[in-house]
Amino acid sequence: MSQVRKKRREAFLLGNEAVVEGALAAGCSFYAGYPITPSTEIMETMAKRLPQLSDGVFLQMEDEIASMGAVIGASLAGRKAMTATSGPGFSLMQEQIGYAAMTETPLVLVNVMRGGTSTGLPTSPGQGDVQQARWGAHGDHPILVLAASDVPECLEMTVTAFNFAEKYRTPVILLLDEITAHTREKISLPEPGDFEIFSRLVPTMPPEWYKPYEETLRGVPPMPPIGKGYRFHVTGLTHDLQGFPTSRPEEVKALVERQFRKIDRFFHDVQLVEHVATDDAEVLVVAYGCVARSARLAVRQAREAGAKAGLLILKTLFPFPRIHVEKLMRACRLVVVPELNVGQISREVKRVNEGHTTVRTINRVDGLIITPSQILKEIS
Amino acid sequence: MSASSKGQNRVVVYPDWCKGCGICIAFCPKHVLAAGPDGKARVVAEDACVNCGFCEPHCPDFAIVVTPRAANGRNGRANGNGAPAAGQDAPESPEQPQQPAPKEPDKEEHP
Amino acid sequence: MAEVTQLIHQYLRHNKKFPLVFCPGCGHGIVLGSLVRGVHALGLDKDDVVVVAGIGCSGRIAAYVDFNTVHATHGRALTIATGIKMANPELTVIAVMGDGDAFSIGGNHLIHAARRNIGVTALVLNNFIYGMTGGQCSSTTPEGAYSHTSPMGQLEAAFDIVELTRAAGAAGVSRGTVFHVKALDGLVADALTRPGFNLVEALTPCFTQYGRGNGFKNAVEMFKWLKERAVPLEAYEKLEDKSGRIPIGTFVRRDVPGLEARYAAMREKLREMKGGAA
Ligand SMILES: Cc1ncc(C[n+]2csc(CCOP(=O)(O)OP(=O)(O)O)c2C)c(N)n1
Ligand code: SF4
Ligand code: SF4
Ligand code: SF4
Ligand SMILES: [Mg+2]
Repeated sequence: MSQVRKKRREAFLLGNEAVVEGALAAGCSFYAGYPITPSTEIMETMAKRLPQLSDGVFLQMEDEIASMGAVIGASLAGRKAMTATSGPGFSLMQEQIGYAAMTETPLVLVNVMRGGTSTGLPTSPGQGDVQQARWGAHGDHPILVLAASDVPECLEMTVTAFNFAEKYRTPVILLLDEITAHTREKISLPEPGDFEIFSRLVPTMPPEWYKPYEETLRGVPPMPPIGKGYRFHVTGLTHDLQGFPTSRPEEVKALVERQFRKIDRFFHDVQLVEHVATDDAEVLVVAYGCVARSARLAVRQAREAGAKAGLLILKTLFPFPRIHVEKLMRACRLVVVPELNVGQISREVKRVNEGHTTVRTINRVDGLIITPSQILKEIS
Repeated sequence: MSASSKGQNRVVVYPDWCKGCGICIAFCPKHVLAAGPDGKARVVAEDACVNCGFCEPHCPDFAIVVTPRAANGRNGRANGNGAPAAGQDAPESPEQPQQPAPKEPDKEEHP
Repeated sequence: MAEVTQLIHQYLRHNKKFPLVFCPGCGHGIVLGSLVRGVHALGLDKDDVVVVAGIGCSGRIAAYVDFNTVHATHGRALTIATGIKMANPELTVIAVMGDGDAFSIGGNHLIHAARRNIGVTALVLNNFIYGMTGGQCSSTTPEGAYSHTSPMGQLEAAFDIVELTRAAGAAGVSRGTVFHVKALDGLVADALTRPGFNLVEALTPCFTQYGRGNGFKNAVEMFKWLKERAVPLEAYEKLEDKSGRIPIGTFVRRDVPGLEARYAAMREKLREMKGGAA
């Protein structure tokens, strides 16, 4: 296509479709999934787009456990790979998420949150999977959980999710909600060079020297694709530097500590937020996902009415961006946390509060959204 | 493998790897092997071995090697090792399996 | 036969602790030998071979062989194997699974891998029991057999792995035993060369968790049992009284290209269509 430079391609996309654009821009060439509302458009779009890539692979698997397995396998073979699901499927994926965390296999998992537990409210928005995203897989493990609140962000945060996955050798969970996923907005499509794209480091040393789980400066060992001469062992058992099972306390400790350290050390890099009028704010709203949109309007209206209101939109949910939240809490007399659950991020906000301020929550679990006026009432 | 005549084969059991399951002993058609006091397989009638091919692939622990004597002799010379054929407990030919590394504490974990 | 053992040593990871972690007389080690000889027979480069194993005693095989090895979660070996094969069809991907792994918890993945004919070789080590967790019944435990979770005898019927995999559409299905190891070698090598999903069921005794509780005096007795009961398919079909006999050999051999090949062809076709339109 010979187009005039600088003329950007634009499209009117669903949040779910923007996820696909982001994934492809990030270099994703492998998708495996199982259909579930309200995430299905991601899968259906991938089914059309991936076969058009010279090496693209799309697979509809028999369930979400298999989807995660295929994604893990593809990633081990060197691909940037992803899956998408919603609540019930997300629950099925947990064991494999833990496996990916333990084996330090990069992958992206988009969970479009719907309402309720179990089959719940398949076509309504919810934010009830937030703590599950952090702690759904058993055992202590680090994980990155991101969120997007509008269509352009669906694209950007998918790119970020892939970059983080590759940079830190970890599964990354991107949480959307039914509203964000099913809102159609005009966005400009990514062009090569728009985003900085990160790909995992591969070993350059001779295979005999390679230790797949060695401590490195960044805490993230390089990772070769299967089949390139570095034959090593991948296991979900706690393992030593060579990747072989171990239960020696000192080796187990070293593994777990490094896995946490590789994320902790880069807190500043991974804690993404957007500040809206927070500079002089006395009242702060902390929100994410579709609720952040209502909060944006509420804060604007509050400002117009003369109240010193601000908004912190969380794009990273875990590790909880306490650097940003804590700082603002010290300056505000009131923090309001609106969420489509009974209080999952507000737990984190309260945890880092340490008595600096008052934390109030707005919770809604009836399948409807939190409106701007609901938030406005709390902050003015 | 053409050699199958009696008296021409050397049968070696590696005691470090043998677990004494008795499979080779029970099925050897020529009763070449018997259980020692530790329960592990012992070569008791090497000359009777006809290199039938049973014991080697059936040992679950890769603990038996049967070598036609001619081939074994060659190996010995190629090694520059003038010593007589190694005893069954101390294989020396470079083509024979390495002895296991010194035992380290059990690192395996039962899931 | 010396080369049999020498060969094995070329493919073992010598930094691992030996002897194998398995109990005395466990058939799993014999299957490991067949796997290595199969790979060797085809002259495959170690770098191009991937062994994905499940969780169970059988899954322990992965750590010992000097290939690219993945010790998956319980029952999910085939899902990871599918991802690897689709991501890089050049690789020879072998899934090593126990009976519980492949047909209880992983049964859904197995029938779908067979249906979609992903180009993976499945090696199922069927010992009729959950070995690693200490002897509970699996989906292949024979009716009436004792286990810790069927102390009065198994009431449920067992899966016939061959018939199930055949019905699911696999390109190749065969059954061997660790007693008939030469034949098993052949079955494994054959499965490795053929396109599509090829499954080899290897009957392998577990005296510790199955034999002891079901009237066998020792592991050797279980090998004798296999020797007596297993009959080559052709002979089996001529038997008048088939009761208690187990047919072994190749049951299914269909020419089906693997999913990875069909997928590549589909992508190629798409490109041609696009090229033609331009
Ligand atoms: C999800 C899950 N459930 C249960 C287990 C416990 N578990 C480990 S191995 C195993 C059964 C192994 O039996 P089989 O697959 O037949 O292998 P074998 O040990 O007999 O070779 C079970 C139930 C597990 N690891 N993961
Ligand atoms: S078959 Fe192997 S392990 Fe068993 S007794 Fe013989 S040499 Fe020992
Ligand atoms: S090769 Fe055959 S005859 Fe010789 S020791 Fe082994 S089983 Fe016996
Ligand atoms: S418990 Fe059974 S399957 Fe497991 S190692 Fe022992 S004999 Fe083999
Ligand atoms: Mg079993």
